[in-house]
Amino acid sequence: MTAVNDREQLAYIASQAADARVNLELEAEGMTLNIGPQHPATHGTLRIVLELDGEQVIKADPVMGYMHRGYEKLVEVRTYPQVTTLINRIDWLSGFANEVPFILAAEKLMEIEAPERAKHIRTLLFEMSRIANVTLFLGDMAVQLGAVSPVFYAFRDREYVLNQIEAVTGGRFHPNFDRIGGLKDDLPAGWIEDTKVAIQKIYDFCDEMEDLLVGNEIFQARTRGIGIIPADVALSYGLSGANARASGIDWDLRRDSDVGQGGGLAYDKVDFKVWTHPDGDSFARYWVRLQETREACSIVEQLLDTIPSGPIMAKVPRIIKVAEGEAYVATENPLGEMGYYVISQGGLEPFRVKIRSASFSNMSITPWLLQGTYVPDVITILASLYFILGDIDR
Amino acid sequence: MIAIELAYWQEAILKLLLGFAIVLPPAGITVYLYLFKMVSFMQSRLGPMEAGPYGSLQLVAEIGKWAQKEDIFPTKADRFVYAAAPFVVLISTFLLVLVVPFGPDLAIIGGENGVDTGIFFALAVSSISVIGILMAGWASASKYSLLGGLRAAGQLIAYELPLVLAVVGVVIQAGTLSMQGIVSAQYEGEIFGFGGFGNPYFLTQFVGFMIFLISVQAELAQAPFDMPVAESELVTGYMTEYSGMRFLLFFIGEFATANVFAFIAATLFLGGWAVPPFLVDMIPGLEIDSWAFNLIGPAVMIVKMLLLTFVVYWVRFTFPRFREDQLQRFAWKVLIPISLVNIAVTGLLKVVF
Repeated sequence: MTAVNDREQLAYIASQAADARVNLELEAEGMTLNIGPQHPATHGTLRIVLELDGEQVIKADPVMGYMHRGYEKLVEVRTYPQVTTLINRIDWLSGFANEVPFILAAEKLMEIEAPERAKHIRTLLFEMSRIANVTLFLGDMAVQLGAVSPVFYAFRDREYVLNQIEAVTGGRFHPNFDRIGGLKDDLPAGWIEDTKVAIQKIYDFCDEMEDLLVGNEIFQARTRGIGIIPADVALSYGLSGANARASGIDWDLRRDSDVGQGGGLAYDKVDFKVWTHPDGDSFARYWVRLQETREACSIVEQLLDTIPSGPIMAKVPRIIKVAEGEAYVATENPLGEMGYYVISQGGLEPFRVKIRSASFSNMSITPWLLQGTYVPDVITILASLYFILGDIDR
Repeated sequence: MIAIELAYWQEAILKLLLGFAIVLPPAGITVYLYLFKMVSFMQSRLGPMEAGPYGSLQLVAEIGKWAQKEDIFPTKADRFVYAAAPFVVLISTFLLVLVVPFGPDLAIIGGENGVDTGIFFALAVSSISVIGILMAGWASASKYSLLGGLRAAGQLIAYELPLVLAVVGVVIQAGTLSMQGIVSAQYEGEIFGFGGFGNPYFLTQFVGFMIFLISVQAELAQAPFDMPVAESELVTGYMTEYSGMRFLLFFIGEFATANVFAFIAATLFLGGWAVPPFLVDMIPGLEIDSWAFNLIGPAVMIVKMLLLTFVVYWVRFTFPRFREDQLQRFAWKVLIPISLVNIAVTGLLKVVF
């Protein structure tokens, strides 16, 4: 009995081995496909090396650094007020939002607190740059899926918000407006009314996107169940912002940090909802960002109605010397958590600045996430993760 | 009838010129009207405005630009196949137009000694473009091109079936494979005894009409079926490596084929070059087979073609694209069963009435 079993087992093993040899002979060599650094889908210079079996991804390897500009080193030779000029080019679609955490870190070290009015307008501009940033995502996602028209609507309607940002700061993309202890200037006359009109345009844009895309069967077929990130994986890879919230992680620095709640930004004055989605797929990421844009509009509207009077600038020494010490301040930027770890040795310039940018951490999940997906889905997953190259490479 | 006896070679040259006249100027019209202008208005921009009045000469400028560009051959390309591919794609367009009637006597191969199986011929030669696309995808020696070429081949072959099956319903109803015959069958047809409008088959064959339009959209690789040229992932698919005039040939192939398919759809479903009978009756002395229709017919066809291509471009710039597996599933599991049912129902009704 045992002998027969053994023989059967041997025959089985032999046949398996033979099959394996045949499979080895038939196995086609995998193809390596370079997506980027020059490619229409990676709006910037990101390179992803895909190892393909047919159109299925076996291994995805993001290669970053084509746009590394060395900001962490460059800021070491600039005085604190000069730094903002550089760092608002990190996430170039929401320039003002990049300045805020750095300025807040410097304020924390100097133990200066901005006046209420400055905090309020800071929050206002912060949310408006969020709208300017995420609006473009809402249109761009459609382009990556093959629908070319929505992105033009995004560019058109984003312009209303950019015009308002320009009216205050003088710059559409790179305002360089935030100062240690407050803001450079006060709001121009008539600005509040114009902004309300602009915000209404964004509401309309969100409704348009909901009609055009979110309800579209093809859009849903291409995004639902694609690129699922479970909550625990999202946490272990350090995802933040809308990507984490789309996986059901209810975490938002605007609500959950001291900095957001009156420590530098005036989110304690407004009533807003942090949107999450349980699915964690590409559709959830799009949907959460769509709701967040609406929420940002409502935040801006609330702030516009409650701007307190008072000075725009605290009392700040003419030559800014930051006291010795270390500080880490992170805020909820449009792309996720953005933080600056500033080390000062009491000089005019920071001794060392570590920039924690959201896209860099969000990008780190791609090898895990892209494995086993198909080439067309690679593009939609990358688009739904929403990174900005300047934010990855700094 | 014009009674001029022409030698065979003279006739052949005339027909060649006629072929160019049918394919190229309408392609220019649709590209300007829809690809440049209508899409621009859809996307809240103006489109070309500088070259000529309202940018109407933009296409001429573009052709000049392409003609000046270097004809680049990738180092590892299979040179002959690479060079020939655009022509193969274009040949299928020109072969398609051969059998389309534009008037009672106006078809490149038509009239009394024309092909009796016109629509059969058209559907057969439309698949030649697949060969050209595969050639381009393979010979470019580029991974993007290869992926695009293979996707295109899979898709075009899959959508050939619903295309043919959608036409079968029309053929059953008209009782002929000849394009001219299908036109006259629609003209002479009656809807419940009322012949004022004839019987354009988009009314009775609306399922077939829809399937035909969807399959044409897929055959042309236009969104939402533009996986082969998916510009956000495969750059431009099988056209990636092409430049200069050869790219222009692909471009013409793409848009001219859209027109030719619209011509065919107009013939099959919208009554072809004929106008509704009550219009003909309004003008005394005008008969449907009178010679004047050789002049009216092309204009009618172009109007009908513009209506149909409007839909093509409208859909193209509105919808996101399917993934290949989704579009294959759509062809095999949705379109083909529906068109088979359509054929069965059409056959049944043909026998009953």
